[in-house]
Amino acid sequence: MGAFGHYLASHFTTLQKEFWYLLVGGVANGFLYGMVAVGYTLVYGVLRLINFAHSEIFMSGGFAGYFLMKALVGTTVPSGLSSIGLIGLGIVAGGLVGALVATALERVAYRPLRKRNAPKLAYLISAIGASYFMFNLAGKEFGRYSVSVPQPYINHAVFHVFGAPVLMYDIIIFVSGLIMLFALDRIVATTKLGRSVRAVAQDAETASLMGVNIDRTIALTFVIGGALGGAAGFLFGLGTGVVYTMGFTPALKAFTAAVLGGIGNLRGAMIGGLLLGIVESLSVVFVQAAYIDVVAFGILVAVLLFRPTGILGERLGRAA
Amino acid sequence: MLNVSNAVVRYGAITALHGVSFNVEAGEIVTLLGANGAGKTTTLRMLSGLHAPSEGSITFEGRNITATKAHQFTSLGISHVPEGRRIFPQMTVEENLEMGAFGRRGSFSEDMEKMYATFPILKDRRKQMGGNLSGGEQQMLAIARALMGQPRLLLLDEPSMGLAPMIVETIFRIIGEIRDSGTTVFLVEQNAAQALRLADRGYVMENGRIVFSDSAAKLLTDERVRAVYLGEAV
Repeated sequence: MGAFGHYLASHFTTLQKEFWYLLVGGVANGFLYGMVAVGYTLVYGVLRLINFAHSEIFMSGGFAGYFLMKALVGTTVPSGLSSIGLIGLGIVAGGLVGALVATALERVAYRPLRKRNAPKLAYLISAIGASYFMFNLAGKEFGRYSVSVPQPYINHAVFHVFGAPVLMYDIIIFVSGLIMLFALDRIVATTKLGRSVRAVAQDAETASLMGVNIDRTIALTFVIGGALGGAAGFLFGLGTGVVYTMGFTPALKAFTAAVLGGIGNLRGAMIGGLLLGIVESLSVVFVQAAYIDVVAFGILVAVLLFRPTGILGERLGRAA
Repeated sequence: MLNVSNAVVRYGAITALHGVSFNVEAGEIVTLLGANGAGKTTTLRMLSGLHAPSEGSITFEGRNITATKAHQFTSLGISHVPEGRRIFPQMTVEENLEMGAFGRRGSFSEDMEKMYATFPILKDRRKQMGGNLSGGEQQMLAIARALMGQPRLLLLDEPSMGLAPMIVETIFRIIGEIRDSGTTVFLVEQNAAQALRLADRGYVMENGRIVFSDSAAKLLTDERVRAVYLGEAV
């Protein structure tokens, strides 16, 4: 066995030991990526553009949750039902503010371009401008340093899988992520509202002939994507703290996840998110933790090179 | 029922319709003939709000609808079967029909059954994706989808395009039945002979203008029409 073989063997031993521990963290991150990735994919589906200001929707949800927790959480850490209530409120606040910011973004940065039939490049520049404006505004108003969110619950190990602790924080993300992504999937697949989104994604003009208001449908996809992105921002901030630049890296990774799953494909974004979270987490066995972002973006480059349509590679139009 | 007067449609610097006037009365089948690029499709797009006229006016059942937006037309009672059928490819046949009823409130399952009775093939295919249907099936679905909106005026753009003669026969028979059941039809067609045999009246369009019009029977024997649109040596 050569040197490389030894390298692999020793790392696989580590992988065996750390697998479950890394998997739990990876799945939790994966749910967050998935919740943000669906926002990219929904907007791409109806507008064929990447909303590069989505990172600031995520950030705004983080800050909404931070201010709410600061106002509601006292000196003693809540427990039991009050923890659940506070976390629920935080998710709702993050989601509401995310939806609000997304709506404003659509109105100010995108709709005027759409009305003028602007080229795609104009949208991209508009998105980057809006993004810079928003995170610098947040930096100016809320300070340039990361602050931790007052914890509305006690983060203890709830149970163990094969010796790896599953923390309360992980469970909060699993449960809320699962509920939101499942609800979104059902809404898009089975409701009239979801049908209108799919119709616009497949053929906007024909959708309007059927009586679908395209402007309203586009605004709606921003609201839905913004709500999930904002809620994810709150959940992320809860564990990592909030700062005006907090959206950049997670949102770029969520974008990677959306591309990995097949941009425009809703379930692809969810699967891509989970996959990216898990792969990224497990990769620390093979590379130093400092290189973890390199792994995520390496995946982005590889997908774009070898399978640009992503894993599922279909369009938002599909119901199931 | 429908009245268009001096409608001008421009695409940027290009004028596609130079002051077009025509009318459609309730219960008629009216056909619009013309070569490729004459402005037939533009006329239909104007009649469903996809291109607002920059001059002139459109009234429908006495209401001025010149500035009405595309998504409001189905609730006015005008449904459009677009050129190339434009089925939602990744929706099932059933979902496509549901899209046709998008502007309606309440239950439409009765109408759905009616469509399946008129087009039995759609019932067999109802769980299949629209994109997997044959051209003829897609055309039937496009017509059924438009009828789900309960239109009083049905706009049809080239329903026979790319279909086998036998299927064209079926489609035209169904268009006749649609009129007999009380829906007025405005038909744009390249297949002039077939369209004129079915229609009550016809308009002939050239370079964005209506050049003449008459009853369908007279147009069928008109020398100009026969020479240019029926491909007959005169």
